[in-house]
Amino acid sequence: MSKIQYTRKPHPREHRIIFRNIDRADWDPSIETYLADGGYNELKKAFTMKATDIVAEVKTSGLRGRGGAGFAAGVKWGFIRPDNTKPVYLICNADESEPGTFKDRYIIHQDPHQLLEGMIISCFAVNARLAYIYIRGEFPQGAHILEKAIAEAKAKGFLGKNILDSGFDCEIYVHRGAGAYICGEETGLIESLEGKRAYPRIKPPYFPAALGLYMCPTIVNNVETLCHVKHIIRMGGAEYAKIGTPNNTGTRILCVSGDVQRPGYYEVEVGSLTMGELLNDLCGGPKPGRKFKAIIPGGSSAKVFRADERFKIKTKGPDGSQSERELGVMDLPMDFDTLAAAGSMAGSGGVIVMDNSRDMAWVLNNINAFYAHESCGQCTPCREGSLWMRKITDRIVSGAGLPDDADILKSVADNIAGKTICAFGEACSWPTQSFLSKFKEEFIRN
Amino acid sequence: MIETTLKSTQTMDIPNELIAKIDETVARYPVSKRSATLPLLHLFQEHFGFISPEAVEWIANRLELKPINVLELVTFYPMFREKPAGRFHIRVCRTLSCAMAGSYELKKELARLAGIEDETCSNGSHGESISRSPDGRFSIEFVECLASCGTGPVCMINDDFYEAVTPAKAAEIINSCQ
Ligand SMILES: Cc1cc2nc3c(=O)[nH]c(=O)nc-3n(C[C@H](O)[C@H](O)[C@H](O)COP(=O)(O)O)c2cc1C
Ligand code: SF4
Ligand code: FES
Repeated sequence: MSKIQYTRKPHPREHRIIFRNIDRADWDPSIETYLADGGYNELKKAFTMKATDIVAEVKTSGLRGRGGAGFAAGVKWGFIRPDNTKPVYLICNADESEPGTFKDRYIIHQDPHQLLEGMIISCFAVNARLAYIYIRGEFPQGAHILEKAIAEAKAKGFLGKNILDSGFDCEIYVHRGAGAYICGEETGLIESLEGKRAYPRIKPPYFPAALGLYMCPTIVNNVETLCHVKHIIRMGGAEYAKIGTPNNTGTRILCVSGDVQRPGYYEVEVGSLTMGELLNDLCGGPKPGRKFKAIIPGGSSAKVFRADERFKIKTKGPDGSQSERELGVMDLPMDFDTLAAAGSMAGSGGVIVMDNSRDMAWVLNNINAFYAHESCGQCTPCREGSLWMRKITDRIVSGAGLPDDADILKSVADNIAGKTICAFGEACSWPTQSFLSKFKEEFIRN
Repeated sequence: MIETTLKSTQTMDIPNELIAKIDETVARYPVSKRSATLPLLHLFQEHFGFISPEAVEWIANRLELKPINVLELVTFYPMFREKPAGRFHIRVCRTLSCAMAGSYELKKELARLAGIEDETCSNGSHGESISRSPDGRFSIEFVECLASCGTGPVCMINDDFYEAVTPAKAAEIINSCQ
């Protein structure tokens, strides 16, 4: 690891597994480079295992989805019924559209074979013979690189019929989206892949693992999640689970943008550093003369924190005993459970930072414009509410706010969350709800 | 109905390479041809620059769908357009991290350099979002987060991607569009 020359050196506190080859001086996305580095060895290893053992290893690893919800990957895979007779499909979610998130892009551009290897192993584990990579339309170069990588893998016998004499057949195709954020939501993605508008399906009954693509069992996983599978096979689930912290295992890529000195991507062990360490040590702290004001910890849908906020966090000790700690924002370990306990979420790993030069009504208005544009329009509360939230913050910012706009805004948001088909309803109302509860004074201007 | 369909699609000049690409694309969806609608729309837009009513009908015929099944995708997915864009189509990220890094100013500057009178600049609304230069060389629109928020402001020109675009870099990029 230390011998690798990087064009942009990882921070000493990083632990690079997925991003090991990103920004490597001697690296390119070709299969020759990948093979010279030991590529596809884990696929060979996987074929010596039983499919059910691979699922078991992924369960043991504790790997949680990196796409947003943090759901345990092995558990999701286990939802496919053992008596299933329908074809099974695997979909890689490469829609990467959550504002603040920029990690899958680098894997696709610089290390496409890592993703393919992870996918082929995953296909074998869940017995999927057909898989699609749903890549957002705005990644035309990424789609091209993946197409090329697939052709290379096929030529070498890692894809296609009877892969490496295992008797297992598998095809992967790239499918391009066309600029709609809602295609990132897994059931919207499936509808889109079926050639329809990306209208999310209601769950239940349409859990993809039961009724997914073409109404068959379908596993949808994020790019980063599928890459981890390769390394779980390499290390073994138990060894992988030692990285990170209990129930928050492995590494994850944190993407930091906004008002810090060194924005960028940092792959760290989950929970190995606090928000303060991330923003001050790795990202170099606030810009000169400024102070941190607000942090969105997991993509723009995650609830915002005030930089001076304090929390009472319940933690479970290794022996199962409960204890309560008081922590400031900067002391929060960046793991799934702590960020959830603090009332927000680790989400997609996109950390957006605002300093004291920012007007929070302006910030929320920008976020609201995103959601107003991206609502798919199926549910009235979401379609109408996201538009009204945008109109109200727009008038507050333009100086024409009404005295009770803050309250109206809150009531609109409160009437979306929990009343819609998909989690976009929460995604669009959480910013408004949290900005109002934490920065209300900035929304009252008259 | 069938007659008019045939007539209007016959007016489309579809080169053999495109037909070959279309056939190869449809084969990637062995379970349902309908899944090929989005990819075919991409192929048509790449070739013709926009999606015409004839293209909608042609694709519907090819995939044994009704034209409305295709048209409803054109109107749903923001990347498809029913009118041509400029030869160089500029997409500027409008979303938060880029906006904090100056993407509204960047869009104004790019529009100015490209000779586009850009009405969407002031409030960043979408809607009829593409503005074109009178000579048809450039067009510009705001898009949402392009997944490169750490290097904002970012933009795309056709398929090329540009990060941390300062005003000087904007001028350089526009000048290189020949
Ligand atoms: C509105 C919305 C947008 C989403 N966008 C994405 C996305 O761009 N990429 C992604 O991987 N997951 C996204 N998700 C999460 C997916 O629905 C799904 O949970 C995820 O792909 C599962 O993969 P994982 O378990 O590996 O995280 C989104 C969810 C919602 C509700
Ligand atoms: S919540 Fe919004 S995005 Fe989700 S299905 Fe309803 S209208 Fe569409
Ligand atoms: S906000 Fe512009 S790329 Fe994400």
